[in-house]
Amino acid sequence: MTRRYDIAVIGCGIMGATAALRAAQNGMRVVVIERDAAGSGASGVNAGTLSLQIKRVSLMPYALRGHAWWRAAGDAVGFRETGSCTLAFDAREQALLEERMALKREAGAPIEFLTPRELHAREPAITDRVVAASWCAVDGHADSSRTGVYLRALLREAGVETREHAGATGIASIDGGDGGFRIDLPGGELRARRVLLACGAWTADVAARLGVTLPIRVRVNTVSVTEPGPRRLSAGVGHATGLLTLKQKSSGAWLIGGGWQGRGSPQEGRGEVVAETLLGNWRLARFAVPSLAHVRVIRCWTGFEAWVDDHLPLAGPLPGVPDAWVLACVRGGYTIGPCIGPLVADAMLGRAGDLPLFDPARVLASSAPATAHA
Amino acid sequence: MSARRDDQADCDLAILGAGPAGAAAAVEATALGLRTVVVDEAAAAGGQVHAIAPGVTPLPRDVDRAGDAMRAALARSGADCRTGRRVWHLERHGDIWRVHALAEPSEPGKGGVAETVTARALLIATGAVERHLPFPGWARPGVIGLAAATRLLKAQRLLPGREVLVAGAGPLLFLVAKTIVEAGGRVVAVIDARRRRDWFAALPAMATRPDLVARGLNWRRELLACRVPILHGHRLAAVAGDAPALHAEVVAIDRDGAAPSGGASVAFRCDAVCVGYGLLPATDATRLAGATHRFDESCGAWRVDVDDDQRTDRPRLYAAGDGAGIAGAAAAPWAGRVAACAAARDLGALDARAHGLRAAGAKRSRDRAARFGAAMARLANVGDGAHAGIAATTLVCQCERIDRAAIDAAVDAGCTTLNELRSATRCGMGPCGGRLCEDAIARLAALRTGRTQAGVGQPTGRPPLRPVDLDALAGEFDYASLPIGTPAPL
Repeated sequence: MTRRYDIAVIGCGIMGATAALRAAQNGMRVVVIERDAAGSGASGVNAGTLSLQIKRVSLMPYALRGHAWWRAAGDAVGFRETGSCTLAFDAREQALLEERMALKREAGAPIEFLTPRELHAREPAITDRVVAASWCAVDGHADSSRTGVYLRALLREAGVETREHAGATGIASIDGGDGGFRIDLPGGELRARRVLLACGAWTADVAARLGVTLPIRVRVNTVSVTEPGPRRLSAGVGHATGLLTLKQKSSGAWLIGGGWQGRGSPQEGRGEVVAETLLGNWRLARFAVPSLAHVRVIRCWTGFEAWVDDHLPLAGPLPGVPDAWVLACVRGGYTIGPCIGPLVADAMLGRAGDLPLFDPARVLASSAPATAHA
Repeated sequence: MSARRDDQADCDLAILGAGPAGAAAAVEATALGLRTVVVDEAAAAGGQVHAIAPGVTPLPRDVDRAGDAMRAALARSGADCRTGRRVWHLERHGDIWRVHALAEPSEPGKGGVAETVTARALLIATGAVERHLPFPGWARPGVIGLAAATRLLKAQRLLPGREVLVAGAGPLLFLVAKTIVEAGGRVVAVIDARRRRDWFAALPAMATRPDLVARGLNWRRELLACRVPILHGHRLAAVAGDAPALHAEVVAIDRDGAAPSGGASVAFRCDAVCVGYGLLPATDATRLAGATHRFDESCGAWRVDVDDDQRTDRPRLYAAGDGAGIAGAAAAPWAGRVAACAAARDLGALDARAHGLRAAGAKRSRDRAARFGAAMARLANVGDGAHAGIAATTLVCQCERIDRAAIDAAVDAGCTTLNELRSATRCGMGPCGGRLCEDAIARLAALRTGRTQAGVGQPTGRPPLRPVDLDALAGEFDYASLPIGTPAPL
């Protein structure tokens, strides 16, 4: 017998899982379908940075609420509120830093400016080449690799059915009757009244099966981790351009990220680390914290980050396909997911949230209207 | 790192590993006119089986004629042999492979020198790693692997101890025991997980290399002549105490490797323990290079998938030697030659007919020797009963200190693959990169999930292949030269 659900969520990352949790709270019968394992995509391989200083100004209210969710998750995800600083090493970077952080502070992030002297009093390991710095005490990090286990436990507890390692082989709108969607899985088909596409870098592929071409692009972000070393740094460290995340975990291991680009595409299955860009990332990290010298790097990896031209989320109805919704391309999505996921779940039931969504229709070229029904 | 044009390469063929497979491939490739670079992390060519240490003069009885001949042939070949280089990353850009390596530091404490070799074709001949079966005490000082013991004995001329217990499975067991005795140590016992009838059952496959059978029987005879007790059908269960006063507990096991409860146990006192359960293909480089792997049920191990010409499914990527499936040191040089011929064919240095003629003989010799090697690998693959008996509190991952209970708990929480287990528990994520524990973790996960080991999967291949000193690669630079891109959107 075909199983029927009120909502099928495609993708079990931070977006899909938190949307599914809210939908279940709203009394819906929900299934989450994941081609790999829960939290195995960007949610599980990002650098775990929960920093308000690297959030977009227009997304700050979402980031603040998402940040509170991570704080509540606490030890289960390795949450640490370490505070973090953002550094500028020359006049150009200082101007950038001052302009950006002032706007982010206006948007609600508790960011302050530190003199180099104040910075070094807090974090003596940081280079004396700093000309300006900002500080946010509530910034911190989580262990992103534990995201999947945590989400899986929450979904189990909430009675949400999850189908992991179950790549949908087909998804289509059902004409006539009650409408809805048929989703073909390796173990048989299921039907759902509504669907939410929340599959990160793979969202465009699934949308295409419903006949909608979303102009989603993909970045291949690189992260490196070292073996544990002596404790030298408590706070997170960023760069005025946003192109560095550096932290020392409680184990003593250093985590180096910041969106330096690898190669590959979601369709090929995995990204590849590019030695040349990796070295740039390491050098920037080492410049910021000179005692990073002679630490051994033990692993580097990549994760896919989906984005559209205006760097704003796709969060709303999938244009032209009734009852299909999309949630993807959220810059800073690891932090913001637990805020925007529930907002979308509420909107799918016609409940207006207290923060606006981001209509995906804006990114479709007006000359090529989307057509429903593949 | 300077910008490189994708259409130009330093050489035709880059070979990872200067062991029997890599060295023979280099000799053959240069003979076929390919510009060849061989990279190896050891100070001298030879691989594990012919390892030598610079400055250590072997005693006359230890002279390794095969190893010396191999090194001489490699030196004569004209191949560019770059030893003392740890390869940390492999990339393919356009039609060119990039092999990123670090040369040994000029002095201790320094990071080493970064070096990149570009090649039109890449042969991975990185050999094998040892399979370990976790037991209480396996991380104690004084407890080492059989493969590590052979390196110690052959390359460094060091005894692991004066009174050594040698345990595990497979031919290395007897090689290590015999070498310890020859070098003047005492072997308190050889503990073989296999019963004598298992060895007899392997004889038909071993008959393809009667010379190797005779050599093995000789080792055993030498041990018996020195009154070394050999316990078949037994397994090392635990090691307690502090070196040099170690207490080893040995138990009788059934065919599947399990120790029946209330079964007999024997205690030994010793100052060192050498233990290992055969070899596993080293797949980290082939995984990183993106080749497809398959699980070999009979040997209980993953290996890179190669065709009859040692080609992987990645363009101009070849694998030979134990890394392409445990076939032993006798098969490896032939596999290396086959791979070199295939590379020469694919690069246009051999036509189809010449390739067929040249490769045919090497393939026959390879296959004959490989049957012997595969029989040894099967023999060393002790059943899952041994893993089922691992106690909840026994450390499985030494680097991250993860015990069996933590792995079982992660499976119960929904983890079904090795990748998920690594994320959830950090097992296999330490400096060893999983080389010590990956097999045991996969078997435990298979037991707990009810999946096959193939179903549990392999971890994703990631750089660096070996830990790399951050400063060695990223040390000297000018801030202004950093390629800092466009600032993130505001």
